[in-house]
Amino acid sequence: MGHGNQAGMSSEDVFEKVQSALVDALGVEDDEVTPEATLVGDLGAESIDFLDIVFKLEKAFGIQIPREDLSPEDILTNSQYVQDGKVTAQGLTELKRRMPWADLSKFEQNPRVQDFGDLLTVQDMCRYVQSKIGG
Amino acid sequence: MRWFWIDRFTSFHSGREATAIKNVSLVEEALDDYCLGYPYLPPPLIIEGLAQLGGVLVAEHMNFQKRVVLAKVVRAVFHQLAAPGDQLHYHAVLESVQDEGAMVSCTSKLHEQPQAEIQLMFAFLNENRFGEMPLFKPEELTTMLRLMRFFEVAVDPAGRPLDVTTDRSISPQ
Repeated sequence: MGHGNQAGMSSEDVFEKVQSALVDALGVEDDEVTPEATLVGDLGAESIDFLDIVFKLEKAFGIQIPREDLSPEDILTNSQYVQDGKVTAQGLTELKRRMPWADLSKFEQNPRVQDFGDLLTVQDMCRYVQSKIGG
Repeated sequence: MRWFWIDRFTSFHSGREATAIKNVSLVEEALDDYCLGYPYLPPPLIIEGLAQLGGVLVAEHMNFQKRVVLAKVVRAVFHQLAAPGDQLHYHAVLESVQDEGAMVSCTSKLHEQPQAEIQLMFAFLNENRFGEMPLFKPEELTTMLRLMRFFEVAVDPAGRPLDVTTDRSISPQ
């Protein structure tokens, strides 16, 4: 499966394809899909939309996206990494290791598990795709 | 009332694609009130029929071991209405499968012309969130598929007829 190696694709090309996938999946306008927009809070993504987004990105870029890549539920439900509803320092390290493409700097300031769902931005998705296609 | 929105499978290639017929009849209650005095098959029921066709395509591909539900109508475009006496030809293609669900592209044709283009996303119910209750008893599912003449046309990826059962819990594969 896949559309060949897309390494070398410019970041503008990646953004355009990610934008197009999000416009299709979420029924939002092009200009709403800015790099800073969060998928859940700003673009209104519901949990089921993430599966749709995954299908669209896989098709657009010819990549495979394992479930755990985008939703580190195993970390967020692991008592070793979560205390009193907050991700511990060890948990944050684990999250960064799993999701090096995600900007966790804001989340780190007050790492409440309940806020994790609204963390990912369009820019994060672009960086994730770049990491998959080796761009 | 039977919630069957396809009448008959006309082909079924495991893991790939399936076709079915839907005859539109004035006797169907669903046509009565949708647009008074102007009966036609409500478009949501065309989506439902395609979801039944696509859902079986996905479920069979997963050896009937996953609970497959329609999660999202990704795209729906209708080109014409389907009136009593019309015969719709449905076609569903399995586009991709993930751990959590599958994407299916569907078309409906009337007199060889496009009637509808629908893209559907199916999800697999997760035991942790939705319990382990099956959606169908295996014998009910088998009966339903038999009524729709599924087993008369269904073939596996190698082109061999499928066994007349949906109980694959002890399947050698």
